[in-house]
Amino acid sequence: MNGETDVAAPHALERFQRPALFLGAGALAVCAIGAFFAPAQFFRSYLSAYLFWTGIALGCMAVAMLNHVTGGAWGLPIRRPLESATRTLPLMLLLFLPILFGARKIYEWADPARVAQDPVLRHKSLYLNVPFFSIRALLYFGAWLGFAYFLNRWSREQDATGGRAISRRLQLLSSAGLVAYGLTVTFASIDWAMSLEPHWFSTMYGVLFIAGQGLSAFAFIVVVLVLLSDRAPFAGYVGPRHYHDLGKLMLAFVMFWAYVSFSQYLIIWAGNLPEEIPWYLRRLQGGWGWIGLAILLFHFVLPFLMLLPASANRNPRVLGAVAGLVVFMQLVNVFWMTQPAFAGGRLRIHWMDLLAPIGVGGVWFGAFLWQLGRRPLLPLNDPEMQQAAVHGAH
Amino acid sequence: MSSNPMHLPRVYGLLAEFERPEELVEAARRAREAGYRRMDAYTPFPIHGLSDALGFGRTKLPLVVLAGGLIGCATALGMQWFSTTIHYPINVGGRPLASWPSFIPITFELTVLFAAVFAVLGMLGMNGLPMPYHPVFNAPRFAFASRDRFFLCIEAKDPLFNERSIRAFFESVGAREVVEVEE
Repeated sequence: MNGETDVAAPHALERFQRPALFLGAGALAVCAIGAFFAPAQFFRSYLSAYLFWTGIALGCMAVAMLNHVTGGAWGLPIRRPLESATRTLPLMLLLFLPILFGARKIYEWADPARVAQDPVLRHKSLYLNVPFFSIRALLYFGAWLGFAYFLNRWSREQDATGGRAISRRLQLLSSAGLVAYGLTVTFASIDWAMSLEPHWFSTMYGVLFIAGQGLSAFAFIVVVLVLLSDRAPFAGYVGPRHYHDLGKLMLAFVMFWAYVSFSQYLIIWAGNLPEEIPWYLRRLQGGWGWIGLAILLFHFVLPFLMLLPASANRNPRVLGAVAGLVVFMQLVNVFWMTQPAFAGGRLRIHWMDLLAPIGVGGVWFGAFLWQLGRRPLLPLNDPEMQQAAVHGAH
Repeated sequence: MSSNPMHLPRVYGLLAEFERPEELVEAARRAREAGYRRMDAYTPFPIHGLSDALGFGRTKLPLVVLAGGLIGCATALGMQWFSTTIHYPINVGGRPLASWPSFIPITFELTVLFAAVFAVLGMLGMNGLPMPYHPVFNAPRFAFASRDRFFLCIEAKDPLFNERSIRAFFESVGAREVVEVEE
């Protein structure tokens, strides 16, 4: 590696950026038309799509901070893609507005008529009310945007000066950031998703979201890296050892996600209490069980088995395919965790359930590519970069 | 070797001493290129790229660990299934006798335990440790292998073993000293 290395983003990024934006905007426009005919359905479909894509952006921030805290050569080739994803968070603040507008259609605790009839909801209304819900959302975004801002700013500073002191500063920022991330995402998951069934509660729920965000963000970044791997600047830099590291970490994330998911299930299954068990009954009966089975098989069993052998981890094609599967299954998982709340016991998939993730995702992905193209793709002035390049070659 | 008289100790191999790790890696790489296969290196600390230069293949250890994991998994499931349905069936909260969710934690633990035990024992079985005696200990300066010197030994078992040519080879790659190691 020397100063001459071309680290500019390849033109391929620009080629995909516009189609992604147009596809997303088009899909959202069709959904907006659908909103006239079925407003409640629009907001509900939109919520799942929004939670999934915001989860990737937030998970990317968490993974970037994790790498600043722990160090490790695995983080250097993916640092710029991770940072680009954190810079999409202002867009996600904007895209949160439909959820605020549609809160009454999405959350039963936001509907005064429902609350009036329900003593439990009346009791919970001190926390679950629209003004406080909005204030909390602003607080979460305030924290996320603040940490994302300094992560990106100091990383750029390091690109210019290569100072070791900046690495230390980023490490301290990330230590605080990870604590803040854990707290804010826990509360955000309670507010945005768990409160869909306001009678039900689980202390595992926040961790479940954190594990899902970490896993899907990590898998998403692996897909991006594999797609860019045969182009400059990654072609000469990212080696089998990097892929092996990323594969091992992805396996760990898969197992962590499965561990947390099963823990919640085991506790509720063993307790078998009338206020807890309906959440799973709604998700295992009336056809929803098939989706649950697909999640078990393709979100855990298949990725777990495929990531076990070292040879698969070192092969970018296999690794990329597994990562793509995991990203898709996390979308299915978010759908399975949220939509049964509205389904009334029967599996039904509305066309907006399929179109909304494409809409939000297209716009988000376009913004991600735009941000990715704005900075060098490798942090060449990071003091660890030389070592990381040697590390990857074996 | 058959002409070797009984009272002379047999030769284990030739041991070359190097002062710098890069010299050792280079010598190992060249030795491998020259066709030598039965050789080993001794260093005070792990050296990046040395195992590649020596031509260490992938070990079979992952398969041993996998087998351990599968045996642990089967043991745990079998044990719990047997005790809850055949040996001591109890109705707990009206659940089926074989309730798989309650089996998972122990299955997970035993899978990890067996895989880890197989990994440790398999590793020891395959590399022959602990090894209280090794012929290279007979080399007078070998104690420096745990301080600041780097050794490469080409063993007599190598099909191409020939003292004179190996000695010349070691000297050509900058060995500080070459000694014959007795069995």
